[in-house]
Amino acid sequence: MAILLLSLKFVLQNFEKKTIMGIISSSIARKVAMALSGLFLVFFLGQHFVINLTSVLDPDTFNSWSHFMGTNGLVQGLLQPILIFGVVFHFIMGFILELKNRNARAIKYASYKGSTNASWASRNMIISGLVVLAFLGLHFYDFWIPEMIHKYVESHPEDATRYYAETVHKFESPVRVGLYVISFVLLALHLWHGFASSFQSVGFNNKYSKGLTKFAKIYAIVIPLGFIFIAVYLHLNQLPH
Amino acid sequence: MKLTLKIWRQENASAKGNMQTYPIDGVEGDMSFLEMLDVLNEQLINKGEEPVVFDHDCREGICGSCSLQINGEPHGPDRLVTTCQLHMRKFNDGDTIVIEPFRAKAFPVIKDLMVDRGAFDRIQQAGGYVSVNTSGNTIDANAIPVEKELADEAFNAATCIGCGACVAACKNASAMLFTSAKVSQYALLPQGRVEATTRVLNMVEQMDKEGFGNCTNTGACEVECPKGISLENIARMNREYLSASLKG
Repeated sequence: MAILLLSLKFVLQNFEKKTIMGIISSSIARKVAMALSGLFLVFFLGQHFVINLTSVLDPDTFNSWSHFMGTNGLVQGLLQPILIFGVVFHFIMGFILELKNRNARAIKYASYKGSTNASWASRNMIISGLVVLAFLGLHFYDFWIPEMIHKYVESHPEDATRYYAETVHKFESPVRVGLYVISFVLLALHLWHGFASSFQSVGFNNKYSKGLTKFAKIYAIVIPLGFIFIAVYLHLNQLPH
Repeated sequence: MKLTLKIWRQENASAKGNMQTYPIDGVEGDMSFLEMLDVLNEQLINKGEEPVVFDHDCREGICGSCSLQINGEPHGPDRLVTTCQLHMRKFNDGDTIVIEPFRAKAFPVIKDLMVDRGAFDRIQQAGGYVSVNTSGNTIDANAIPVEKELADEAFNAATCIGCGACVAACKNASAMLFTSAKVSQYALLPQGRVEATTRVLNMVEQMDKEGFGNCTNTGACEVECPKGISLENIARMNREYLSASLKG
């Protein structure tokens, strides 16, 4: 925790000193910024999963928690903009890193056996990341944009019971469920490398590292698998019995 | 043993290179990879052709001069050895072997398989040393007690021979393993702590200036390093850099 706070302080100090360009001027600063934004998104993913899980366990709880998240001033006014900034920052920084890294080897190898020394997930973060980004576009189109229109454009009166039915309706289409499943498999691969790697990036490497890496690898499998389960469950649950 | 070699040939730094194919016969399993190239060069010279240029010096695996990307891996398919210690018994009769220079924008090709690894020297010059008073009152290094574990870790980091295999193996051509080994070998010892802050800042700044890529923690460098330099050094350098930046 101390090292995370130290890293955060470092990023904030760089922001104060040199603005956003300061963050991307040093390779280690880029690593730390990428890791911290990734850790923030991993935390968000966990809480999103817990809320989604209630749609399977108890629709009333899902409605009440969704209503809270959708109407609470702190969540909507502060946490949501921070989350959107975190996603955009992580994506832009990932893209900058990819371009810089490609530029660092102008002439490619005729023979390069990347699989002998590194995992597919670690070598293809840009591919898994782009799939997750495309999924986010679909997810925003499915949920966030209709929610914004519902609340701020059409100005419907508040209805704390609408969320479960709206969510279930989205999972009627098997094509959409299929896209969600593929996206979460790629998300799992992205997390498989990214989550554990973020500890190394912020300089955390000691006797607790092995335990943390195990936790990160389990998280990378369990959370996306949980999201897949929810999507498939909501789809199958509304098929005619 | 009969082999087919596909070798990168490039006249000079500004010329455009390409892969050329050479058949070679009479290769013995006990030959080192460089001895096999010596045989090829003798054949080329006898035919009046230009020999293949490649880096080498001690041929004992300790100087860091030899390089070569062999069949897609720096220093070839063996682990914890340099190219000069790689033996031809690792290959089979009839094999095709692809030989390329270590590829990185920061390691420009000088000729054929020889690359300029001066970027590593400049990183080292930026802070990879301890300033010692040599005017006659130098303190005996052994007078400062050092914990055995720290001394061992510092020694392990110091075994980096600066061959550049980490850069060659990394999909991003990052020099983090080399730089972190050099930072670590001093950061772990009391003699090195005095200049620890400026050292890590200056060495990382120089590393970035040289045009190496960003580390994405794939771990390829650690696997391919002929001296087994650990990724722990990169985490240590990240910590050192974070804390030095906050102090600065």
